Amino acid sequence: MLIFLLRRLIAGAVLVVAISFVAFALMYAGGVDIARSILGPEATQEQAQAKAAELGLDQPLLVQYGSWFTHMITGDFGRSWFTAESVSDAVVSRLGVTLSIVVVSLIAVAVISVLLGVVAAIRRGWVDKVVQVLSVVGVALPNFWVALVLVLTLAIAVPLFPATGFVQPRESVSGWLLSITLPVIAITIGGIAGAAQQIRGSVLDVSRQDFVRTLRSRGLPERRVITNHILRNSLGPAMTVLSLQFIAMIGGSVVIEKVFAIPGLGMLALNATLRGDIPIVMAVVMTMAVVVVIVNLLIDLVNGWASPKVRVQ
Amino acid sequence: MTTPTTQALATARRRDRPSVFRAVLRNPLGAASLIVIALIVLISVLAPLIAPYDPAYVDITAANVPPGADGHLLGADASGRDVLSRLLVAGQLTLSGAAVTVVISVLLGVIVGLVSGYFGKTFDLVAGWISDLVLVLPSKIVLVALFAVIGPNTLVTMAVLGVMVAPQFYRLVRNLVMGVKNELYVDAARVSGLSDAAIIGKHVLFAVRAPIIIQAAFVAGIAVVIQAGLEFIGLGDPNTPTWGGMLQDAFLAMYTAPTMLLWPGLAIGLFVAACVLLGNAVRDALEGTDAALNVSAAPSTSTTAVRTVQKPVVIDDPADEDVLLRVDDLSVGYPDGDGGVKRVVESVSFSIRPGEVLGVVGESGSGKSQTAFAILGLLPSNGRVTGGRILFEGRELDPLTGARRLRGTRVAYIPQEPMSNLDPAYRIGAQLMEPLVVVSRLSRAAARERALSLLERVGIADPKRVFDSYPHEISGGMAQRVLIAGAIAGEPDLIIADEPTTALDVTVQAEILDILRDLQRERGMAMMLVTHNFGVVADLCDRVVVMQTGRVVEAGSVEAIFEAPQHPYTAMLLGSILDGGPARPDYEDDEHVSAPAEKEVAL
Repeated sequence: MLIFLLRRLIAGAVLVVAISFVAFALMYAGGVDIARSILGPEATQEQAQAKAAELGLDQPLLVQYGSWFTHMITGDFGRSWFTAESVSDAVVSRLGVTLSIVVVSLIAVAVISVLLGVVAAIRRGWVDKVVQVLSVVGVALPNFWVALVLVLTLAIAVPLFPATGFVQPRESVSGWLLSITLPVIAITIGGIAGAAQQIRGSVLDVSRQDFVRTLRSRGLPERRVITNHILRNSLGPAMTVLSLQFIAMIGGSVVIEKVFAIPGLGMLALNATLRGDIPIVMAVVMTMAVVVVIVNLLIDLVNGWASPKVRVQ
Repeated sequence: MTTPTTQALATARRRDRPSVFRAVLRNPLGAASLIVIALIVLISVLAPLIAPYDPAYVDITAANVPPGADGHLLGADASGRDVLSRLLVAGQLTLSGAAVTVVISVLLGVIVGLVSGYFGKTFDLVAGWISDLVLVLPSKIVLVALFAVIGPNTLVTMAVLGVMVAPQFYRLVRNLVMGVKNELYVDAARVSGLSDAAIIGKHVLFAVRAPIIIQAAFVAGIAVVIQAGLEFIGLGDPNTPTWGGMLQDAFLAMYTAPTMLLWPGLAIGLFVAACVLLGNAVRDALEGTDAALNVSAAPSTSTTAVRTVQKPVVIDDPADEDVLLRVDDLSVGYPDGDGGVKRVVESVSFSIRPGEVLGVVGESGSGKSQTAFAILGLLPSNGRVTGGRILFEGRELDPLTGARRLRGTRVAYIPQEPMSNLDPAYRIGAQLMEPLVVVSRLSRAAARERALSLLERVGIADPKRVFDSYPHEISGGMAQRVLIAGAIAGEPDLIIADEPTTALDVTVQAEILDILRDLQRERGMAMMLVTHNFGVVADLCDRVVVMQTGRVVEAGSVEAIFEAPQHPYTAMLLGSILDGGPARPDYEDDEHVSAPAEKEVAL
């Protein structure tokens, strides 16, 4: 198990480095032209050259990457090209905001879609129909559109929740809860639509396997066959489904945060990309990559526990 | 893990393709989705002709007029542009973007998948690694980040999205190719001298067509949603109307003209829902035909109809009180997808006395396993006993649940495929102990002891090691011994063994048959032995029932049937043991070769 973990850890680290290189190459390939676009169309060639030299953009790409990477692993992402603010500080202060919304949504999605998916697979009937319809409607309606409708109804027409803004939980827990309710509902509806249907599918897959029939032939009560065997074996696939949902939610934060004007990681990335503030964009990409790798590692752990076969692979 | 999709996909290639598309059209949702998609595409193409206004025409006096005012059917936006006209024209860029994503992802995924799956090796390794890398990235964030480089260029952005979803097609194609390339017909094509490229073109592409269409429908829907999201946060092309861009405008005017959110949202929802439903309809069409086929590689109703002319074979009928299990006129059916029932077992009757071994013989699809499952009450969820009775010790069993209450204690089951019949998540010992504790109510210590002695009894040399092993750590022959131990654990009166040796190596087969024979004699259990192999019958059985296409065609003592088979099908099956080699490698010199003659055949 330890070796299994270690291998996954190394694979994750390699993945982060690979992502950092590809992202860096794409973002910095412009070289001096980047400096020109920062300064605007009025800048002279000399000014652009000077700016490029100041930012190190005149160096060969690999040298730039090497310098960026050695700073990055110590947690130093440089300074914003526009505000001179420390990129690391900006990212850290925003990450908590985004995670506090995404994690709450993930828990809601996990609980509701596991319940719906399992009941739909085992009892079929109306729950199954609901899951089927939800899986189409939830995908078809973009979650930011659902969010807008929620704002129109529950914040403007009936002002139960604030339409915009975010309250830090350390300032006021109830204020925080009120401020994240609508975003969480919007994210959760879309998440359930994706996850419940797939969890239903994996439970059905397991329940159709040969060993389930054999377990029944041994005289085991149906309830026991379901909880100890069908659900146990569905755990791995369900975890994978939820981890993909989590990745999608993290990425989707950029749109949801815009609707509610929430100062999270997504908003940071959006504003930075609109300005061309590449150090911030890089830092956000790397932060998300690390979060994704950590989540995958946790999922691997759960899968390793749930399915002994995975450990030896 | 096999998902329903991949199962459907795997069989898709064997299916008559046009019938799948006919099935999609017959499905109301499928037909409706196709019509909706076609209409939206058509309207978008013709939009410049049918739009009442120039979508960019600004009439400041009409700013935010409500729907219906001043000839603006859906109102006008904050700059006084006609909402309906913009909505119609917006389809153009939105749909072109989705098309770019689909085309790029399909082309890239299919080409790399074909090469990777067909040639394998290093290319496959590298491609698989890159595909994993791309899959873990949140696509929206990547597109947001790349905006800093690409700028507001919708089609390029959507092409990048195409690259990001290409792994979905890559995986699909690669896995299918891996499977298909090992199949006989590709080998045959290779032998007949076709070049590699021709093989790929002819066979593999045909096999992956339907799954690609399913996936492409979903990707088209997702692409529209993602594009709208990007435009909504201001990363779209500001000069061309799009549904996402209209949502952005509506967002800015949300307090004054909330209805403007409705129209682009509806357009997106309608198009995406149609894509998803179309994908579902294609999948249902594949799985629908698949399910009907899976139930039985068996007789279509028409062929059995011909056979109904024959009188059902009524077999030797021992006196009622002496019978352990009696199957009387049993029929089993599955829904055929058109509201009817497809029968896979028809009017089957036989009986088993205590301590007797009855062979049920027939080729695959003859209904013999379905009969066994009906007795156990373990038919797949859509299977039904459609007629007849099953009696255990003279008491009729509920046709829905069969021998459910007798399972584990009176009736037990030995499956065909040992490796897939053990729960991969638990150790062997735990799996053996669970029924002993739960069903037979033994203490944990007693159950453990009994499980170990059972493992020893079925010829496992190191019971402790196997007890502590996971199923993936033991061999197929070992797993079958474990399953036999599990079956006899509750000391049943009747064991139903479904092809217990078919999946095993020839050498292991003989050992398993020996164990079964010894156990049966030692414990005086009755056994229903389902097999296609007359060698096994000769080895173990007292009496035989021969089944073909769901019916019993011949029944009698092993001796009688071996000496003088009455039905041509029986004669053919008997002939095949001579052609196809013996059931056991040592058949010739085995002491039991004369078993049928030696045995007291109770008739």
